[in-house]
Amino acid sequence: MQRSLFARQPSVLVFISLLAVFTIVITVLSEGFGLGLVSTSFVKILGKTLCLCLVAIAMDLVWGYCGILSLGHFAFFGLGGYMIGMWLMYERTKDIVIASLAGAELPPTAEEIREGIGTQIFGVVGGSEIPVVWYFADSLFAQLALVVLVPGLLALVFGWLAFRSRVTGVYLSILTQAMTLALSLYLFQNDSGLRGNNGLSGLQNIPGLTHLPQSVVSVWFFLASAFALGAGYLVAAWVVSGKFGNVIRAIRDDETRIRFMGYPVEAYKLVVFTLTAVIAAIAGALYYPQAGIINPAEIAPIASIYLAVWVAIGGRGRLYGAVIGAATVSLLSSWFTGGQAPSIPLGFYTIDWVDWWQVLLGLGFVLVTLFMPKGIGGLFDRLVRKDAA
Amino acid sequence: MTALLEVTSISVSFDGFKAINNLSFEIGGQELRAIIGPNGAGKTTFMDIVTGKTRPDEGRVRFGEPQLDLLRLSESQIARAGIGRKFQRPTVFEAQSVRDNLMMALSNDRLPFAVLGYRATAKDADRVQALAAEIGLSGELERTAGELSHGQKQWLEIGMLLAQDPKLLLVDEPAAGMTLGEREHTTDLLRRAAETRAVVVVEHDMEFVRRLDCKVTVLHEGSVLAEGTLDHVTANSDVIDVYLGR
Amino acid sequence: MLRICLVLIAALIALAPAHAQEGNLNTVLEAYRANIEKPSRTTITPVLEALVESQAPGVAVFLEKWREKELWQRKSDGRFFYVSKADGGKLMLTDIATGEEAGLADAAELDNLKPNSGVRGVIAAALVQFQLSDPDPERRLQALTALERDANQSHLSILRAAIESEQDPAIRTRKERLQRLLTIKFGFDQATRVAAIESFAGDPGVDARAALNPLLATSIQAFDAVPEGVNVARILTPGRDIEADAAYQLLVDAGKARPIVPLAERKQALVTNIRDGRVGGLPVAELVTQEARDRAYLALAADGSVPPLVTADERQEAVAGHVFAEVYAEPDAALTEAAEETLADINGTVGVYRFLDLALDGLSLASIYFLAAIGLAITFGVMGVINMAHGEFIMIGAYTGYVVQQFIPNYTASILVALPLAFAVAFLAGVALERLVIRHLAHRPLETLLATFGISIALQQIAKNIFGTQARPLTSPSWLDGAWVVNDVVSISYIRIAIFVLALVFLGLLLFILNRTRLGLEVRAVTQNPRMASSMGINPDRINMLTFGLGSGIAGIAGVAIGLFAKVTSELGSGYIVQSFMTVVVGGVGNIWGTLAGAGMIGSLQKLIEFFNPSNTLAAQTYMIIFIIIFIQFRPKGIIALKGRAAGD
Repeated sequence: MQRSLFARQPSVLVFISLLAVFTIVITVLSEGFGLGLVSTSFVKILGKTLCLCLVAIAMDLVWGYCGILSLGHFAFFGLGGYMIGMWLMYERTKDIVIASLAGAELPPTAEEIREGIGTQIFGVVGGSEIPVVWYFADSLFAQLALVVLVPGLLALVFGWLAFRSRVTGVYLSILTQAMTLALSLYLFQNDSGLRGNNGLSGLQNIPGLTHLPQSVVSVWFFLASAFALGAGYLVAAWVVSGKFGNVIRAIRDDETRIRFMGYPVEAYKLVVFTLTAVIAAIAGALYYPQAGIINPAEIAPIASIYLAVWVAIGGRGRLYGAVIGAATVSLLSSWFTGGQAPSIPLGFYTIDWVDWWQVLLGLGFVLVTLFMPKGIGGLFDRLVRKDAA
Repeated sequence: MTALLEVTSISVSFDGFKAINNLSFEIGGQELRAIIGPNGAGKTTFMDIVTGKTRPDEGRVRFGEPQLDLLRLSESQIARAGIGRKFQRPTVFEAQSVRDNLMMALSNDRLPFAVLGYRATAKDADRVQALAAEIGLSGELERTAGELSHGQKQWLEIGMLLAQDPKLLLVDEPAAGMTLGEREHTTDLLRRAAETRAVVVVEHDMEFVRRLDCKVTVLHEGSVLAEGTLDHVTANSDVIDVYLGR
Repeated sequence: MLRICLVLIAALIALAPAHAQEGNLNTVLEAYRANIEKPSRTTITPVLEALVESQAPGVAVFLEKWREKELWQRKSDGRFFYVSKADGGKLMLTDIATGEEAGLADAAELDNLKPNSGVRGVIAAALVQFQLSDPDPERRLQALTALERDANQSHLSILRAAIESEQDPAIRTRKERLQRLLTIKFGFDQATRVAAIESFAGDPGVDARAALNPLLATSIQAFDAVPEGVNVARILTPGRDIEADAAYQLLVDAGKARPIVPLAERKQALVTNIRDGRVGGLPVAELVTQEARDRAYLALAADGSVPPLVTADERQEAVAGHVFAEVYAEPDAALTEAAEETLADINGTVGVYRFLDLALDGLSLASIYFLAAIGLAITFGVMGVINMAHGEFIMIGAYTGYVVQQFIPNYTASILVALPLAFAVAFLAGVALERLVIRHLAHRPLETLLATFGISIALQQIAKNIFGTQARPLTSPSWLDGAWVVNDVVSISYIRIAIFVLALVFLGLLLFILNRTRLGLEVRAVTQNPRMASSMGINPDRINMLTFGLGSGIAGIAGVAIGLFAKVTSELGSGYIVQSFMTVVVGGVGNIWGTLAGAGMIGSLQKLIEFFNPSNTLAAQTYMIIFIIIFIQFRPKGIIALKGRAAGD
């Protein structure tokens, strides 16, 4: 009766093995640790892609399994990035300030260092005071805790408000979108304490590790991202494979019915919403040190919608579908918008993919929704069924 | 004998339309009861109120021993207190297997974290087997519920209700769309269920009600019009007026 | 020459009986010739006085010409003339008193008098009284406008004198108002000034406030004891009304306390006094706290090598020993008191008008949201789908307007063409979207949401590829320029009024379609119970298509309206889409009145929040969304919700 997770979900083992092989191959080929066949910038792209896959898994859990089309999970992703970014930026600036004051006749006081940090970080928004939200910014552990706590609490409070008033379906989607918009607009303000539209920058420089070249740092982050994705995949697979998974799928399919069976639907939704928000935040905390910069535009509602698009293209309700969708679309997207895709001359007009990729993506997505409701992951079903037959 | 469910003078109106008008109702611990009435008599709204879906404007709803005030509980709390409800349309979770459907219905802890750590015990597995046997789906445990026939879905749903082990079972038109053989099976299921608990059946079909052979409550315009055996109520002139029209 | 003299004499004789008491202009000019030839600010005063006193006709014209440097003097006899160009390069002289031609002259025979700007200013001031009583009302108004902008003490009596003779009631009111304003500023006795001040109670005009505010200008001063003989606005308590540091600085500025050595200077002093790695007896390496640095500095101060530190106690004592007060620049307490009261009264009135203005702003924003959201609400109500591309239909409408203006240069005509055309284009786009995509996703609202989002990003990018990223203008006809100004506080631009009217028209039109036509009946039937409706022979497919087209078409109209005051870009629609969603959610689905209520609430709420925090529209939107999330807690189905079983699950 009691079967292990891998027995219940054979795809989990396949996925973890593939991820492990991929991670080892890239590490071996990287500039930092291996043969140097894979450039540092490409390692960074791959590392970031792994983080996007992780947030896509969170999205799949909350939407594909629990039926909540959240248009706010990229906001949690961004918040995670902001939380770790505060520590990165504060400590790095502190090092710079201390170095610059080292030559002075009098050794600097703590106030002078703080003032120097404040001016360095908040000069762009016309301030020198360090805002109160940066209270813990000098502690890595505190900020790591905040990576989980801030998005988690936001999701908990928002989810509690939304679910208890029985907001469902498209209403809920719109409400989450509104939450995302509110958050990004708030962060766009200069007096939000998080540098307004400048965002946080220089995050690729890890305090205390500045002696390491980026090629090495990038591999470390790549490995961390791969580990996080693997762990996230296992957690998600564990959650969806048991009775809990059955209940949340039941909530997705017929909320009223499962409620009359005595299941507190709101509590389940809240658990899933918060858990996935935390997963998203962890993914964000790994993503932004690789991206180097975060600003409020990253959090705009459209990013969360794209997240839903990835999951839909990859295939909802299957975890590997989310990974495939996120990896495929985000890599294709950077290939097309990076100007690497060859233009197509039509004689009277040249299709430049930098301009037309969005059109292709939008229409392609409509076609997937219409003709491949199970996404790319649905193709695997057909393969498996053929084998069985 | 004190009543299991005590509904006292409840009223509810939607946009000025009185769906339930000063209705009182009682049912004992082991009893089978049929509720009949024409369309719009308030049968479904009555069930909505008992199960917490709709809040009445006034009145009291008490349940169990010690008595619970159902009006203060949410739908899921009411269900956990021991009231099971079967909807008119068969609603099983079509994407999941019959076993999973029954497993979810078993009367275990329903709070999220308990469920997250849940592992099926041998007892639970046996109970699922027994239930499947009772509803005649022993051979279909691993099948996806969506593939079942209409009647099988109805039974699965009744089986899920039984799995919840409720003290009170509310059943909305169980016989709709069933073949004669299926109807007989359903009647048996309900009568057997009523030996250990209270069962309320809402039904249109007089023939089916006669087959249940139980006390009947007739609703009309949101209140109780008559109560008694089927023969008694069908002899009532008010009931005849309502059913045959004036 | 002789002839001129004869004429003059004749004229004098002729005029003598009638103007016995009036001097002849020429005689006055003759008398003050020297002053006029070489005018200075001081020397022309008697000239001007004499001219005004003479009450001779033509004085105003003379002053004007003089000021405009159009006065000439004949070298031969020193007489003054006006001149005009004549044939043969000659100049035609005109007699100043009579206005008659006085013969030709060469330019060389004449001097053009060019008074300097100071003198011209004085002339202009003297001229005011003539202009204020000028028979031409247009010129009187001009003079008033000039005075309103810039007046001095001398104008007050002139203005007072000019009121009596004024016949035009509107100009008279204006003169009286200006007279009161000038009295506040320049009046001589207290009673009239106070009366003038109090006459403005409740007046929302900016000029009234501008006249009153200078009276209430204050400065903060330090006194040894409770001040007397000055007009005190209020006594300040250090620490509460004024920061202790600022109070001490006041004492320093007044020479009543020793200056504080600033932190930076103290640090510099420490640096310059480092001897062998120690300063003030402390090793340099230990000076890592301000407290340690202060100790080192005190040690230095003790042996006199740096100025002494002003201790906190000393500062406290100095501040405690003085009285700080806000003192009016205006010494007369009666005036400041009256001004204070009147200003408070004015602010009350202004507050009421501000609120009215805010309400108008909110109303106009609400009409925009209504136009943007109503199409969304209709499709959501009828089909239960959210069209994420709705914003792009708004954009399509706006670009349609822009394209039409490329072909029809007349703005009025182009708008009249653009409105129906935008409707048609968006209608067709909507029908196409419904036929090609949405129909195939029936009963899958979340998929519909995402698919329409795909359409939305594609349409946005296509617009960007066609029209570029820079904003395109959609120019409103000139009759929509400007604003309807009620007073200095309340005003609303004509464009916004037009949009309000447009919203009203569409409200009426939709109410008519939904309540009075067959289509409306069917739409309502499908909204309330689609299954029942289709069993009654209504073709829901057709209804879906038409309502979707209708909703999209109205979005197109909204696009033209929005394009008139906002920039037309490919992101135009996405800027309104979330607000439109909010409007629908707050208002409640499937009901025009609900959308109206939602738009009204969101529009006025946004303006209200902006009013409390005008510098930060971003924060305003943030707070509004948070408010909406909380609002949903109490009315999950919106302001106007369908009730009962029809609302369903």
